Amino acid sequence: MATKKKKDSSEGMSIGRVWRAVSIPLVSVLLALLIGAILLLISGASPMEAYQALFKGSFGSMKAFGRTLEKSTPLILGGLAVAFAFKAGLFNIGGQGQLLVGAITAAYIGFAVTGLPLIIHLPLALFAGSLAGALYAAISGALKTYTGAHEVITTIMLNYIAINLTDYFANGPWKDEGIIARTPAVLETAVIPAWGFVPIGFFIAVLMAFVTWYLLERTTWGYEIKTTGLNAFAAQYAGIKVPLIIIMTMGFSGFLAGMGGAIETLGVVGRYQPGFNAGLGFDGITIALLAKTHPLGVIPAAILVGAMQAGSSQMQFDADVPFQIIDVIQALMLFFVSADVIVRWLLGRRGEDGDKVSLGTGWG
Amino acid sequence: MATSATVTKTNTKKKIDSKTMMIGGALLLAAVVLYKYMNDPITTTAVLSSTIRQSTPLVLGALCGLIGERSGIINIGIEGQMLMAAFVSFLVNVYTGNLFIAITSGILAGMGMGLFLAWMSIGLKMDQIIGGTVINIMALGLTSFFYQVGLTTKGKLPSIPLGPLAEIPLIGPVLFDNPPITYLTMLLVIAVQFALFRTVWGLRTRAIGEHPSAADTVGINVNLTRYLNVSFAGAFAGLAGAYLTLEAVGSFERGMTNGRGFVALAVMIFGKWTPLGSWGAALLFGFASAYQTQLQFSGNIEIPHQFIGMLPYLLTIIVLAGFVGRSRPPAAVGQLYETE
Repeated sequence: MATKKKKDSSEGMSIGRVWRAVSIPLVSVLLALLIGAILLLISGASPMEAYQALFKGSFGSMKAFGRTLEKSTPLILGGLAVAFAFKAGLFNIGGQGQLLVGAITAAYIGFAVTGLPLIIHLPLALFAGSLAGALYAAISGALKTYTGAHEVITTIMLNYIAINLTDYFANGPWKDEGIIARTPAVLETAVIPAWGFVPIGFFIAVLMAFVTWYLLERTTWGYEIKTTGLNAFAAQYAGIKVPLIIIMTMGFSGFLAGMGGAIETLGVVGRYQPGFNAGLGFDGITIALLAKTHPLGVIPAAILVGAMQAGSSQMQFDADVPFQIIDVIQALMLFFVSADVIVRWLLGRRGEDGDKVSLGTGWG
Repeated sequence: MATSATVTKTNTKKKIDSKTMMIGGALLLAAVVLYKYMNDPITTTAVLSSTIRQSTPLVLGALCGLIGERSGIINIGIEGQMLMAAFVSFLVNVYTGNLFIAITSGILAGMGMGLFLAWMSIGLKMDQIIGGTVINIMALGLTSFFYQVGLTTKGKLPSIPLGPLAEIPLIGPVLFDNPPITYLTMLLVIAVQFALFRTVWGLRTRAIGEHPSAADTVGINVNLTRYLNVSFAGAFAGLAGAYLTLEAVGSFERGMTNGRGFVALAVMIFGKWTPLGSWGAALLFGFASAYQTQLQFSGNIEIPHQFIGMLPYLLTIIVLAGFVGRSRPPAAVGQLYETE
């Protein structure tokens, strides 16, 4: 906690401080792109051409930029979900399952509830999706508290269960007419509008980043969450109800991921279709760690990953590079930002002792 | 069916020792299997031999996990190790046409990923859970990027019936008519069990996982042993990967491990970090998968297939929730060891 105080007393945004915070993620991204380029060379493609196409497809035009923001939206929420749980020492890799459950619930409220005005219907669908994600994630929280089952395994297993569950609903009771397995389109009163090329959902996600930051930094609950993450035994001793904190933290984390799914359904796809956004859980991990688990840092990290996703089809089209290279680069970014020893060594900087959260506690 | 019976038994008479319980459970299981076999020999044989084969990658993954954890390193990257090995052995088989070289390269790929994990958690002092996640994401990305649709393996490992043993009804086709990696796995389980509890290496491994500083005092090089063990354990995950492409499926698909690496972790915990226990647990999971496939094919059941498809994953959660508290992980698992 001593380091925390020091940070607060020097609240001024000096350039040196910003550089210290940003340099490691930034160098990590550059190193990842560099190794990505080498892999592209090995596979016989031109890295320059590929990266140019990637940029063109993500920031090259207003339309491309809009698509980048659209792709970033669930990524911001997925990244926040991981970052938030991280603060309590919890590793939520079930973002994908929570997103799917949130998406299909939002779709159901969107097409099945009729006769409501937009001002009620849209928030209702959005909230229902988020809540579904929250409850789904809270299962893992409760399992950890009451049985000791580690959330890494339970959230992964719940991902597979969510895939089956949503597939059942989209194929069975909630299936649209026709042969395609999907729900009917959501009603107009539940659609998140776009403002020109800018999707409104993006702003909801950014707002949630500020809400998450406020929760963590300015409320008692946030303080209790962070204390639990640093030392659960000490927190318990200090009178914090650790079991409740774990369940609530997983719940809010799932709330964020579920909202990501709901926005995707209500603002982009317009209905639930199995198989969308398959890799979000893992993307969220990369984004959260790239942001050094800072809720506001999640926004630029998610835009970066979103841009790569938005530009990947252009890259496949122009430079004939399989879009999966994006996943490799993301994994490399995750590696370098976590292995900050390497980057520190490159920058000639000594290790700094920050607050360290261990994810392995309660393993097994 | 058999397990629930054993559980009620423990509740009523707590004093019964575990050996009697195991023998009782085994007898009950044998009775149920025999009864089923009398009624429907073909299906029973099919489900049981499928159980053995489905359990192979799980027990191999669990061996990889437990050697790591016994030495103090958490490995949640088994999924990625398996996937990478599956891809490498597939690719080598496609280009050389040789099954033996393909399996060997799969094993080496698994070991390479193990070494990478060891380097991240010991050399770079990364959080071990994040290290494992890096492996999972990296393997998924690399294999998807380099995979080209349309390649097929040249041949697949065939079943080798073991002479007259394979002729025994029920037991023959289930135990003595399997492809090579499945046989090898049965031997490896016993070998690792012996090595872990009856050799110097095993003692050292358990020492650095329980009390690394005490082990250090008596002259065991903790971090070097961890490096060696985690890399060596990767061989088992590698073999599991080779099993998937060369023995089970005969080709590669993106993300074909389908969570088996994580199920293997649950198997390891359920098996109380012992090879023999993990084998039992893997057979239970293998049975769930085999039974699920049987249910889906028979088609005379009203349950939607998605719910049947959830079975192995639900079972993992139930087993974890029910058994985690009762088994104890190695004391120093997940902790970085540094000398002062």
